[in-house]
Amino acid sequence: MYSASDLKKGLKIEIDGDPCMITNFEFSKPGKGQALYRCKIKNLVTGNQFDKTYRSVEKIKRCSLMSRDFTFSYIDGENYVFSNNETYEEELLGSELIGDLKNFIVDDMQVEILFHNDRALDITLPNFVEMTIAETEPGARGDTATNVMKPAKLPNGYEINVPIFINEGDTIRIDTRAGTYADRVSKG
Amino acid sequence: MPTVCPRDKMPTGSIALRDAVMRSIRAFFYERGFMEVETPVRLKIPCMELHIDAEPSGDHFLRTSPEIFHKQLLAAGHGKIFEIGKCFRRGEFGPLHNPEYTMLEWYRANADYMDILDDAKALVQAVAELRDPAWKQMTVSEAFTEHAGWDPVGNYAEDRFDIDLVEKVEPALKQIGGPVVLIDYPVEAAALSRRKPGTPLVAERWELYIDGIEIANAYSELTDPVEQRRRFKECAEQRKAFGKEVYPIDEAFIQSLEKMPPSGGVALGVDRLLMLIAGADSLDTVLPFR
Repeated sequence: MYSASDLKKGLKIEIDGDPCMITNFEFSKPGKGQALYRCKIKNLVTGNQFDKTYRSVEKIKRCSLMSRDFTFSYIDGENYVFSNNETYEEELLGSELIGDLKNFIVDDMQVEILFHNDRALDITLPNFVEMTIAETEPGARGDTATNVMKPAKLPNGYEINVPIFINEGDTIRIDTRAGTYADRVSKG
Repeated sequence: MPTVCPRDKMPTGSIALRDAVMRSIRAFFYERGFMEVETPVRLKIPCMELHIDAEPSGDHFLRTSPEIFHKQLLAAGHGKIFEIGKCFRRGEFGPLHNPEYTMLEWYRANADYMDILDDAKALVQAVAELRDPAWKQMTVSEAFTEHAGWDPVGNYAEDRFDIDLVEKVEPALKQIGGPVVLIDYPVEAAALSRRKPGTPLVAERWELYIDGIEIANAYSELTDPVEQRRRFKECAEQRKAFGKEVYPIDEAFIQSLEKMPPSGGVALGVDRLLMLIAGADSLDTVLPFR
């Protein structure tokens, strides 16, 4: 358990069974009154934000978050199936939880999944992923400008903006954090 | 002899500003015939208050306030005294709190909290160029009824009072802006103030807020040794129940109350006043080493 005086911005705590993070924190002590710890809190499951004031005598539950390494296996309908690198147990993540990152998941990709107890909360991909361009308009020969962009389709159908010199069959590196083209790896 | 720096001539850098305000505060009190006193920073027995924790210093404690000694000086016949000095409170840290801070404390014998309010107004008007210079005054009862929807006088509940003060009343005082004096506290929140004659449910205590920030706390001082001992004992029991360290009762202080004239006194946070003069919203601006 945490004491109220342990609270600070960024601390993760558990409220009503849900993992939460303190996103803003203010120490108050009115007049001769008790110390009050005014927090803005985000529920890490629902994303809801709310205010909560703790008194100095209150105890706050710790939140045990654990990251584990997984390998991507296959897609099963709306679910993405990963296998635990240590136990080989399968973990199903809904596409809703994965969000836009699902466009950058490739075979055998090594990922980190964040758990609260046994509930998966979040997934982190490698910062960069290499993918091959499936479809794009041919670029002008010899045009190496990197600031003129055009749309291109990845093998999974996702459309991404690439420089005009990229052609079908080229392998590019994508920054998964921003979801944007980083550079060209090889010519197709 | 130092003189009060005209408030529109205050320097802007925090080091020079502190120098100018300190000189001005001293000049203000010298001009009014106050005596500057020095009292111990390390003490055997800290003043017992429910929510104030003293920092240990060897076999002593660092003072959380100089009031215990000032009252003994009043009892010894020194009728107009002030002190500027460091006080220490364990675990208090935030934009408006620092565990070590500068307190200005002053007392008048044969006076009450309203006389002290006159001093406080004159002092703030002398040193601070306020955005909104109109002074407003409201009772705690009025402030809570209007901004929190209930009246804590005669109906006091500590947690509700503290939380609503921070979440509802103080933000309203910020909205009102400028200096606001919150006056006549529920007797349960009297601390070391006396009951208001004829109105036993309230205590003669005020707090000065400027732009919603608490600057000073004043009392018509409690001079009844029996009542003081009862409050210390009650406070000791509550501290024990909260698992806090319980300080012994300071017998020399209790005894001195027998000779203490009716008095008014106040503690004013100098760092917060500097912060307001500097137009800042955190003590970081005026405490460069923290």
